[in-house]
Amino acid sequence: MNSIQTDTKAEKRILPDHAGTELDTTVNLAGVELKNPVMTASGTFGSGEEYSEFVDLNQLGAVVTKGVANVPWPGNPVPRIVETYGGMMNAIGLQNPGIDVFCKRDIPLLRKYDTKIIVNVCGRTTEDYIEVVERLAEEPVDLLEINISCPNVKEGGIAFGQNPNAAENITKEVKKHAKQPVIMKLSPNVTDIAEMAKAVEAGGADVVSLINTLTGMKIDIRRQTFAVANQTGGVSGPAIKPIAVRMVYQAANAVKIPVIGMGGIACAEDALEFILAGASAVSIGTANFYNPMTTIEVAEGIEEYMREHKVGHIHDLVGIVK
Amino acid sequence: MSCKRKEKAVVVSQECIAEDIYSMWLQTEEIGELAVSGQFISMYTEDKSKLLPRPISLCEIDREKRQLRVVYRVTGKETGTEQFSHLQPGDRIEILGPLGNGFPLEAGAGKNVCLIGGGIGVPPMLELAKQLDAKKNLVMGYRDEQFLTAEFERNGELYIATDDGSAGTHGTVMDAIRENGLAPEVIYACGPAPMLRAVKKYAEENQVICYVSMEERMACGIGACLACVCQSREIDGHSQVHNKRVCKDGPVFLSTEVEI
Repeated sequence: MNSIQTDTKAEKRILPDHAGTELDTTVNLAGVELKNPVMTASGTFGSGEEYSEFVDLNQLGAVVTKGVANVPWPGNPVPRIVETYGGMMNAIGLQNPGIDVFCKRDIPLLRKYDTKIIVNVCGRTTEDYIEVVERLAEEPVDLLEINISCPNVKEGGIAFGQNPNAAENITKEVKKHAKQPVIMKLSPNVTDIAEMAKAVEAGGADVVSLINTLTGMKIDIRRQTFAVANQTGGVSGPAIKPIAVRMVYQAANAVKIPVIGMGGIACAEDALEFILAGASAVSIGTANFYNPMTTIEVAEGIEEYMREHKVGHIHDLVGIVK
Repeated sequence: MSCKRKEKAVVVSQECIAEDIYSMWLQTEEIGELAVSGQFISMYTEDKSKLLPRPISLCEIDREKRQLRVVYRVTGKETGTEQFSHLQPGDRIEILGPLGNGFPLEAGAGKNVCLIGGGIGVPPMLELAKQLDAKKNLVMGYRDEQFLTAEFERNGELYIATDDGSAGTHGTVMDAIRENGLAPEVIYACGPAPMLRAVKKYAEENQVICYVSMEERMACGIGACLACVCQSREIDGHSQVHNKRVCKDGPVFLSTEVEI
């Protein structure tokens, strides 16, 4: 286990046409080439190490790390999660070890693998975000994902993610300091997702990712209190997928920058819905928690679909449903 | 070196051993050979509306046959555990494991030890009682109806405490320890938080080495999601805050490591 292997499946990556066309699953995100469109969703894959026992990380397009802040964050009190019908609700509260330990420990671990590293950045104030972004400037990471959409922290996070002006401004500030291309991660807890996507594009975002979790509440009728200590949490999992597909479709049709789609993806068919709706890449989140092999299964399933439908390049599927 | 696996186990037997308490033996492919006492497995339902696996502690491990015994409580109607209780011999069930760190046997070897279980924290004490080579006092607390007592009696001196006084000491496991004048050098405990809090307090007042097995709501079971944290006394090396992961850093902790 934990072995670092290279892709041995190269021989199978040929279309079943007479020309022997090579299957091309590569995705270009702001100049960064991913070997395939499958990545992890922030906060659902630990540091990567926890899943390396189940998944060959070399086979992933990218690993998106758990959100990291300028200093360690303790997160919320327990209970932090609860199962919901066809999904779950979490209020972890962005517990993270802070950027110093993250750079020292987590980045070198991921760098051992042949995959792209996307660091998710969280903060309470603009200055917090900038401090982390600057600290990452010299680190071997490929892209930054700015979390302006966490529903579970009181300040920062979603405060930037529900107002187009605030979202545009934080994007501009981050872009001024970022050395890597910037992905802005959007919240679905807004009235007009297209407007939010346009706002971060106007602010200079290179890529937009969505959706983060939907704010929800569950009451524990036995204890007669909230099911998670934070009272509200973020709902994720298959139950929210139709909402996510709709929002990805709307965002992709509103902006020119690439869109990373996520929200309830549990299998290749789910991922393909997002791709056909306009996502250039997809993230697997909650499904990792109940099927640690989901990412690989999705990557393989997308290839299978391309072979079946004689699609040579993944690009030819992106956003073709209009 | 960790060696977690997800596999389809086959139900060997299923039995209701007390009200809402079920005992199930599972034939595994490999997990049964890898597991140690104090570890747990994640058990999956077939119901797609219930995504998350249920973490269930191991009650017995038969390494040779690669079989595992889980003794679990059905927590209500329409729950995942209720679905498990309907499984019949020959049925398949998906499991992930072995998860977490087990009880350190060497700490108690040859010593005067107390194994303390409360409620659904009783079952994991059975495999420990079988494995541990020591002078074993087994203190098991129940609300009313008892289970696994015959098995415990074969593996040490059994003391029972019941909330309703129907058997053994009328009161808590700590009452049973005092009433019977037990003075352990090492304690292993699993049970509800108030019980663990009392055991931890006793252990620290009497300078007794004490291991507690903690419980918290989990999602991934492998240390990634950070849902099942407990409070650590010192800043934890992994989290850099006062949080430890029950699933990965535990579920067994030294009582002095954690705040309960």
